[in-house]
Amino acid sequence: MARLRLFIPLFIFSLLAALLYSGLDGDPTELPTALIGKPVPPFELLALHDGRRLTEQDLVGEVALLNVWATWCISCRAEHPTFMNIARDIPIYGLNYKDDNAKAKQWLKNLGDPYRLTIVDAKGSLGLDLGVYGAPETYVIDRRGIIRHKRVGVVDERIWLQEILPIVTKLRAEG
Amino acid sequence: MRNIFNTMIFIVVVQLSLPVLAVVETYQFNSEELRGRYNYLLFELRCPKCQNQNLADSDAPIAADLRAQVYRLLTENKTDAEVKAYLVARYGDFVLYNPPVNKHTAMLWLLPASGLLIGVMIIFMLVRRTGAIDEDAVTLNVSQQQRLTDILTEQEPPN
Repeated sequence: MARLRLFIPLFIFSLLAALLYSGLDGDPTELPTALIGKPVPPFELLALHDGRRLTEQDLVGEVALLNVWATWCISCRAEHPTFMNIARDIPIYGLNYKDDNAKAKQWLKNLGDPYRLTIVDAKGSLGLDLGVYGAPETYVIDRRGIIRHKRVGVVDERIWLQEILPIVTKLRAEG
Repeated sequence: MRNIFNTMIFIVVVQLSLPVLAVVETYQFNSEELRGRYNYLLFELRCPKCQNQNLADSDAPIAADLRAQVYRLLTENKTDAEVKAYLVARYGDFVLYNPPVNKHTAMLWLLPASGLLIGVMIIFMLVRRTGAIDEDAVTLNVSQQQRLTDILTEQEPPN
């Protein structure tokens, strides 16, 4: 018994080491989002291309992605080709966040437009309601317009296939 | 000469305007009480982007947006609790430097307390053990005490 007691510090050390090691995997910049399981917040904003009035109802109906982007956001350019590739697999709504309309249109003209609709959020009001803290951010929305997943940062081929697509498939199966 | 004079005036003016540079943005408040609450909230709320800074310290664009939002909510006569609730609904408990105890923050709150508890237990055990040894030492029986005295007197160094 006294012998065993000698191992207590080793035991505590291993426990602490395991705890700290598991912390290394996590991304500290990734915040738990408060909006999972809640509907897209109500909004009334204009569409980039035709200037018509859009509301949260325009995002309801299909399992879709909502991508927060801006021309000033360098990572958004990096993830843009991924959205071009997956646009035929899933409807993508763009939220042009705190941006300039002319620049945004030019960007979509030059690089291609993967978005079914582009919502203009020049003041960042919808961004604030969504809890956006840095573009790019991508939300998965189910048929009823409920936010089911949030990805902060670039969506590349791997994240689409390994993280987002399985969720989309599951949501589609839910019916 | 005139040139030097102008340069000196320029330097003085720049020095005087430094405090203006330090302020990120200025808001007008109707009362000192409101200003105090605004400053308190900026101190208590954490910037979601620069994670180890509060809203008052952070230079991130999102922090400026949130400061504007806090200001707007305060001018709409919202209470401190309502302002905090507004931000928690969007950014989660993360934005509070003093988060409530719930299942997500249990670890944060319980770890220091349990550390203290374990420490106290260890000290208690150590003290009790030392106490036990002392007790053994004083319970010599008569013959043992006699032997001890003999040894001590025998071992006295010769002059």
